[in-house]
Amino acid sequence: MSIFFGVVIPYIAGFVFLGGILYRIWKWGKSPVPYRIPTTCGQEKTLPWIKSSYLDCPHNKLGVLGRMALEILAFRSLFRNTSVEIKQKTQRLVYSHNIALWLAALAFHWALLIILIRHLRYIMISDEGVPFLLEGLASLDGVFEWAVPTVYLSSIVVVLALGYLLFRRVSDPQMRFISLPSDYIPLLLLLSVIGSGFLMVFFWRVDLTQVKELAISIVTFQPITPAESLGWGFYLHLLLFCILLAYFPFSKLVHMAGVFLSPTRNLANNSRMERHINPWNHPVKVHTYEEYEDEFRDLMRAAELPLDKE
Amino acid sequence: MSDETELKPEEMLQDIDYTPRQKGWLEPTVKFRKGTYCYSAQAKHQSYLDLPNPRNWQPFDEDWKLPSNWKETVLSVMEDRLNKYRSFRLFMDICVRCGACADKCHFYIGSGDPKNMPVVRAELLRSVYRKYFTTPGKIFGKFGGARELTEDVLKEWFYYFYQCTECRRCSVYCPYGIDTCEVTMMAREMMSAVGLEIGWIVEPAANCFRTGNHLGVPPHAFKDTIDFAVDEVEELTGIRVEAPVNKKGAEILFITPSADYFASPHWFTLLGYLMLFHELGLDYTWSTYASEGGNFGLFHSNDMLKRLNAKMYAEAERLGCKWILGGECGHMWRVVNQYMDTVNGPADFLEVPVSPITGTRFENARSTKMVHITEFTADLINNNKLTLNPKRNDHWRVTFHDSCNPARAMGILEEPRYILNAVCNNFFEMPETTIRENTFCCGSGAGLGTDENMEMRMRGGLPRANAVKYVREKHGVNVLTCMCAIDRAVLPTLMDYWNPGVQVSGIHELVGNALEMKGQNDRPTDLRGTPYGDQEE
Repeated sequence: MSIFFGVVIPYIAGFVFLGGILYRIWKWGKSPVPYRIPTTCGQEKTLPWIKSSYLDCPHNKLGVLGRMALEILAFRSLFRNTSVEIKQKTQRLVYSHNIALWLAALAFHWALLIILIRHLRYIMISDEGVPFLLEGLASLDGVFEWAVPTVYLSSIVVVLALGYLLFRRVSDPQMRFISLPSDYIPLLLLLSVIGSGFLMVFFWRVDLTQVKELAISIVTFQPITPAESLGWGFYLHLLLFCILLAYFPFSKLVHMAGVFLSPTRNLANNSRMERHINPWNHPVKVHTYEEYEDEFRDLMRAAELPLDKE
Repeated sequence: MSDETELKPEEMLQDIDYTPRQKGWLEPTVKFRKGTYCYSAQAKHQSYLDLPNPRNWQPFDEDWKLPSNWKETVLSVMEDRLNKYRSFRLFMDICVRCGACADKCHFYIGSGDPKNMPVVRAELLRSVYRKYFTTPGKIFGKFGGARELTEDVLKEWFYYFYQCTECRRCSVYCPYGIDTCEVTMMAREMMSAVGLEIGWIVEPAANCFRTGNHLGVPPHAFKDTIDFAVDEVEELTGIRVEAPVNKKGAEILFITPSADYFASPHWFTLLGYLMLFHELGLDYTWSTYASEGGNFGLFHSNDMLKRLNAKMYAEAERLGCKWILGGECGHMWRVVNQYMDTVNGPADFLEVPVSPITGTRFENARSTKMVHITEFTADLINNNKLTLNPKRNDHWRVTFHDSCNPARAMGILEEPRYILNAVCNNFFEMPETTIRENTFCCGSGAGLGTDENMEMRMRGGLPRANAVKYVREKHGVNVLTCMCAIDRAVLPTLMDYWNPGVQVSGIHELVGNALEMKGQNDRPTDLRGTPYGDQEE
């Protein structure tokens, strides 16, 4: 049993995740980008004395890199979010800057990333080898070190943020309307992975050296039989994580990879400066000037318009 | 207007409720309520453009006369587009339904219909994508957010994808840049494959294909109307300007939307162009064959866009021009900026645009070889090449509406403002959340500006109108300027409904008013013929 849950399932999940994601990226990559269609969110580059918006309307690759970095690291577009309200009394539409979603989304993603990085310690080969950066991160993150065991800031943030994201989906009638089961599943899965992690830390303590041994054996493709003392708290946490991994490529979670490929964000607005090539640009039936003049020649002559053929 | 919506503005505003009344959207329900949808295209226009399944039908008919293999056709077009557009495949896969886009759509804000939330609009299509093109969708069906493609689903698509003006506002706020415009474009291509078209896209496209412009103006009538404008400029200023048509060897080919020479208040912008070009002594020409800047093909399909746009480069080459100058238009500039060079270029028979007046080389247009008129004019003003008298616009208290495509598919935000600040003394911005990249659509773009769709247009235009109302109350704004022909066509109706008394104008109408011309008369009236003494102030 321990081999099944400790070795077989993680391998299956890992391969499904990697294979699935690569397949999705390959599938997206196979479709060409026929047109240069950035959404321009600022002044384009035109005359030298007009200041262009380098990051919101980039005209070269460096600008695009900046725009994408802002998008991926700081959720630039989501930061613009507003909400609308109709004031019937004054008959006015009022838009207010609404950063709750941005804040929750950003907090969730960053906290999750830190937690994932924190878990890297289980696959670092030796104890002395824990990289400096990882140490630094852990000490910054573990602000509540007075508690035993250490409570990490990222753990608190991730739960609060996920809680908010779930709450708004359930409580807001508009969000309820647009939500599908596949919108609740990832939230619940993530919460369950995190919850089982908490339970393991606080109640069903496991021997971390044994976890580490198993983890290293798996990532080095030399799987061992898991130590018997690894309790079911550990296997529950691992199983839920594996389900999340395997579910990933088939769900909306692929936005993680997809966002890099989005043509409205990752292209420069320079299609008047440089010709963009469409690989399938096929010929179409056009109405030529000759056909046009043939149809209207007499009328054109009467109106004294110049003609190609008299 | 016979189809004017019967709801009073206050009633419409009170009627908006953002709490969804339905439980979910998976069951297709759609009611073609009068005033909220567009009529179909006529068979003869479909046939002229060789479009499939030409027939006469209407959305409110029970039987839409679909071909027997409609389902296979729609799905095969979907598969084809998934393989041709990374945007489409990606946008089908990566939405997390975070809801950031939900209240960014002007149709949602103005109607409260939850299916007008951009996320749900896209889900109407995504659900079908999941069913036929993803494994979880095939296995889990409705639980996985997947649904069968049925006639009712198709009808729902027709209703909601012709209730999107492809304005890209939602894509500004989406954390992944998902652009509902792309989704709408693909949906419209799929529907077109089985003959579901609307009249106000296919008819202008057919006209444009045949006569060179959407309004179907034949060459001699085009010449007449330009001559008429020349006469009018003479009446207003005492100066006889020249307006060459189809002139070979001209340095610059000028192309503007056809409404500029055939509709009001566009007409006054046309007068502004003519005055400006005369004063500069510009060596340019109009063209009858390429007499349309706008491109309703953009609202129809990739191929139609390419077919109509082809005339621009072809005509510039035939006439032997050096570069192209483009007038004030919205979606035209999306096509020029993001599509033209790719679909119909390279234009290596043209030269990198250089302003003959200032010597400025427009490096930003070095490949496309087409310059926006506000870039051209801003450069003139910056080089002190124009004598301007902004006092002649003192009767206007001006605000500026960024049109969707110039703002979000090009990024031309400063040039029009620079010009306005130079030609008028009273310029006021609408609130930040409603201008520049956050701008709100007129509510009638992308082919939806028809009379039968009036209620939806007034609803979709509400956010824009409400922002105008704000500056009107605060600063006494009485004119809404814009650089888009669709805007100039539909905003007057929108203003009459929500803010009666506010006029609509193009940028170059105000340029024309302010422009001092050598040898002019005392200019007693503005370009609209209103005497300067008479205006209330």
